Amino acid sequence: MQSLSNRKKVVSDKPMTFMEKIYLPAIMGGMWITFKHLFRKNNTVKYPEEQRVFAPVYRGMHVLKRDEEGRENCTACGLCAVACPAEAITMEAAERVKGEEGLYREEKYAATYDINMLRCIFCGLCEEACPKEAIFLTDRIVPSEFEREDFLFGKDKLVEPMNARIDVTKRQHTGQRGTK
Amino acid sequence: MDSGLIIEKLILVAIIFSISLLIAMYATYFERKVAAWFQDRIGPDRAGPFGILQPLADGVKMFMKEDFIPSNSDKWLFILGPGISMFTSLITSAIIPWGEDLTIFGSSVALQVADFNIGILFIMGVLSVGIYGIMIGGWASNNKYSLFGAIRASSQMISYELAMGVSVITIVMMTGSLSLRDIVQDQHGMNWNIFYQPVCFIVFFVCALAETNRAPFDLPECESELIGGYHTEYSSMKLGFFLFAEYVSMFISSAIIAILFFGGYNFPGMDYFSGNTLAILSVIAFFTKIFFFIFVFMWIRWTLPRFRFDQLMHLGWKSLIPIALINLLITGLVIALNKGWF
Repeated sequence: MQSLSNRKKVVSDKPMTFMEKIYLPAIMGGMWITFKHLFRKNNTVKYPEEQRVFAPVYRGMHVLKRDEEGRENCTACGLCAVACPAEAITMEAAERVKGEEGLYREEKYAATYDINMLRCIFCGLCEEACPKEAIFLTDRIVPSEFEREDFLFGKDKLVEPMNARIDVTKRQHTGQRGTK
Repeated sequence: MDSGLIIEKLILVAIIFSISLLIAMYATYFERKVAAWFQDRIGPDRAGPFGILQPLADGVKMFMKEDFIPSNSDKWLFILGPGISMFTSLITSAIIPWGEDLTIFGSSVALQVADFNIGILFIMGVLSVGIYGIMIGGWASNNKYSLFGAIRASSQMISYELAMGVSVITIVMMTGSLSLRDIVQDQHGMNWNIFYQPVCFIVFFVCALAETNRAPFDLPECESELIGGYHTEYSSMKLGFFLFAEYVSMFISSAIIAILFFGGYNFPGMDYFSGNTLAILSVIAFFTKIFFFIFVFMWIRWTLPRFRFDQLMHLGWKSLIPIALINLLITGLVIALNKGWF
């Protein structure tokens, strides 16, 4: 059969020549190769201190967006939970009462909203499914924890804080729904 | 023997003991760094600046681990094994001449704990006791892998000690003395043995690699097939002792290679200095050589794959011993011709 890569070599079991038998030339060659690696630049990124630049559409930790007036976009419709192939999302809906108009955009909101970050596969289907442009995957990295329970991220970690808005304008699914 | 000499020797023992331990400690750190450099990585850099506190962290970790003794093992031998390993690798440092004589308070201090007139024999003897540590440790573990590792270690040591001994005899014949100090003084300045005995050096170096159980001859421990070999069942500081003993013996082997072939504490241009300057410079020269050889040990480890066991035996019995013997014969003939015996 013809070789696809043109790098095919037929294995042979020839007895070693004298030069091969004394091993030293091969050993010196190998040591020269490793020696050259001493001076090569390494590619390590010292993570907590410096961070690799991500693509704008990188799918990292989720965010639950608020609108311009600071009201939560999410209406707890559950489409993200249905779309999620890893079944990582759970939520409980609640009805907005009088006086909460400044907190939630529509009459229904998510009382609890949990994403299990150990189940999540960061496919971005929740973002795609959301009709209200409420959930986005950002370029933030999910922080590491010591306990499994700590990976159940609730609204306290997911909803963006008012004083530190998270920019998702480069996401593929912003401004397409016409809900604003 | 006056009490001043005893105190002087005790201080020297304490200094050499702590230096060997310190160097062994930092050899573990340096090994990881060298491995990282060879593999285009950074290596340990979290503990302290450039990770120089890493050995301390490792030591604390070793002490904090559970000290586990398998129920079916021979308890006392199990404890004895690492002890023997550590003891034998440390005791060889007693006869190494570290430098020219220092002059302190008007009296001359030899930088050597004991100048045995049979120094090199002492080293060969202690090295062969060193195998008992591994043998006893591996056997007492009552584990097949450990036993395999121990058996490999002993057969490897027996076969490589022969070639090593023959190559040492070559050097002894050239010097005419078994004392390490005489061997070093014979290589004054740049008159190193390596220029007269390159073949002997290669044989000795390969044997030193095998004796210290370093790659490519690390068959006694080889992680991939024996899960650590003779120290499979060891944990905590007993494992630490085994690993530490390897680094101490690497340090001592480097020192002995430097003494036998690279002039020990001699360095070119040493005749321009005298007194304490010469002593300090000679110690620095000696340690430079030692560190270079420790680096070469690591360099080889991170370059070469492990030998197969039959290849190891072939190399030892069918290559190194004949080469060493022929070299011995030629050296003997040349010495005889020079002395006009024919």
